Amino acid sequence: MSERIEALAGRVESCLRDEVTRVPSTCGQLTYEVPAESWRAVATRFRDEAELGFEMLIDLCVVDYADYGRVEWQTFEATGSGFSRGVNRVGAATDHFTAVAADARQDGEAETGAPRPDAGRFGVVCHLLSLQHNCRVRLRAFCADDDRPMIDSLVDVWASANWFEREAFDLFGVLFRGHPDLRRILTDYGFIGYPFRKDFPLIGQVEVRYDPVKGRVVYEPVSIEPRTLVPKVIRDDHRYEPQIQDEGSFREVGNRA
Amino acid sequence: MPEIQSYTMNFGPQHPAAHGVLRLVLELDGETIHKADPHIGLLHRATEKLAESKPYNQSIGYMDRLDYVSMMCNEHGYVMAIEKLLGIQPPKRAQYIRVMFDEITRIMNHLLWLGTHGLDIGAMTIFLYCFREREDLMDCYEAVSGTRMHATYYRPGGVYRDLPEQMPNYQPSKFRTAKELERMNRAREGSLLDFVTDFTERFPACVDDYETLLTDNRIWKQRTVNIGVVSPERALQLGFTGPMLRGSGVAWDLRKKQPYEVYDELDFDIPVGVNGDCYDRYLVRIEEMRQSNQIVRQCIEWLRANPGPVMLEDRKIAPPSRVEMKDDMESLIHHFKLFTEGYCVPAGEAYAAVEHPKGEFGVYLVSDGANKPYRLKIRPPGFVHLSAMNEMVQGHMLADVVAVIGTQDIVFGEIDR
Repeated sequence: MSERIEALAGRVESCLRDEVTRVPSTCGQLTYEVPAESWRAVATRFRDEAELGFEMLIDLCVVDYADYGRVEWQTFEATGSGFSRGVNRVGAATDHFTAVAADARQDGEAETGAPRPDAGRFGVVCHLLSLQHNCRVRLRAFCADDDRPMIDSLVDVWASANWFEREAFDLFGVLFRGHPDLRRILTDYGFIGYPFRKDFPLIGQVEVRYDPVKGRVVYEPVSIEPRTLVPKVIRDDHRYEPQIQDEGSFREVGNRA
Repeated sequence: MPEIQSYTMNFGPQHPAAHGVLRLVLELDGETIHKADPHIGLLHRATEKLAESKPYNQSIGYMDRLDYVSMMCNEHGYVMAIEKLLGIQPPKRAQYIRVMFDEITRIMNHLLWLGTHGLDIGAMTIFLYCFREREDLMDCYEAVSGTRMHATYYRPGGVYRDLPEQMPNYQPSKFRTAKELERMNRAREGSLLDFVTDFTERFPACVDDYETLLTDNRIWKQRTVNIGVVSPERALQLGFTGPMLRGSGVAWDLRKKQPYEVYDELDFDIPVGVNGDCYDRYLVRIEEMRQSNQIVRQCIEWLRANPGPVMLEDRKIAPPSRVEMKDDMESLIHHFKLFTEGYCVPAGEAYAAVEHPKGEFGVYLVSDGANKPYRLKIRPPGFVHLSAMNEMVQGHMLADVVAVIGTQDIVFGEIDR
């Protein structure tokens, strides 16, 4: 398996050495980071180069990296008010945890393909499949501007990008330059906001009910409270680190703890 | 009076042939379709966002509800993505059980598809036949997981429990005669495997019955031959997978090309169409049912011969049994941690794809090392197929829209997510 991945990596790098950067990956899958400006050009070459021949776009999606590595559990030891329930989510991470998270991101980059801390907030990820060579590759680009994320559309490279990009626009508000029909697709007619962004609450902003007085359906601000049933925690478990598993030894245990 | 050139018609979202909540805005010229604009999202539940707020295992149940006619295959994709990130592999027996249930699910899915597709384009009988056989397969689901549909049976590291030794029986009631009861329980005397064996022996004859009703039927052919033709090149461009791609003559099946679990040890063929029309896709799916039946038989044979564990013994991922938990302190701690906090998955990203009955079902999972997924993206096959609706129906008649919806095997649970 890994020889095939390396063979493919060799082919990709011989064709596109200057345009793409390989992202280390733990799961035996090949990931390349592409600068947002050359997104469409690189994708076209992945399709057209005879050595690559990725005829099919399997998937395209956006990842919002705003909360990456940030935990919800705030208390190390019991305090007067007991343990945190991790209810206040955004922006509530204490300095200690922000630092831990930043560390995790920096550490993580070496082995896990986590984004660089200075990369943009919105990563556009697509999965390509080549039937003739029977292989897959993942491309990732970060949109330059976090407030108005924008990237080139791949619709004229692969027709199947059409709805995936509409979906990504609908849920994350990423604009695809050159898309023929960039409308919302999954959310309600007249929906406001981008629901899959990390700062959009899980409970939503509005709720719907039928108003018998007005004789129609009305939208009102949500009446429920956000709650976290299981707080997000990050624990290092060295047993699952690939280099340890591959070598069948536990020599690096404790290095990072 | 001015002649009407073209007009717009609304199809669905409450239409029996829309297979759920599809709203199609059709632009018609007489009865010929100029443009079809599917409006989807009426069943959008934000499964991916919900999964981000829960520990990994608590989302397995949501996967059943994606494509609610092939439940276990959805679970399989999700569970495989977690296993890739954790770097674990389930025991062999669990892999065989998964493959067996994947294929049972494939038959179930194709039976429902055949029944409803037939019903949509004018064949009533086939619907009743298909649902009769589907019932037996749902009983298998029930025997193994306790539920007829939303099984939550696959877990990271294996399956929830081993196959039951005793198949549940029908109980006497005043609505059934003793003779009837005896007939209904005949196949249910032994274990689940005996029941499935009995099914696989009966099933090929059932498929023959369906084919007698449809394959050479003049009306069926008139409704499907040369309808919704997709060329192989176009199918690749449009991202088609599964029977939709194979119907166009591309021999691509993940079970053969990128085998997962134990598919590389099993013997089966991949049917491929020639013309890429609705009729070829029908033939492909019919043959897939026969092949799945073959696979199930091979799995039964292996499972009978090889008892063993069906779940990893790793207590950081798989919970201990109740008995262990009651008298071992460490097991109690493991149990408590697993069911309150869950397990943390190492940071990284993985894409796992399975050959779902409808096509390639992929799960892209990004983890930042926490006990919840950082981002979960489901790649539903039906979403991609439906996006080609406009292209497939252009120039056809209004009645053919129903045939194309049917042939795409649309289920809204997975399209809207």
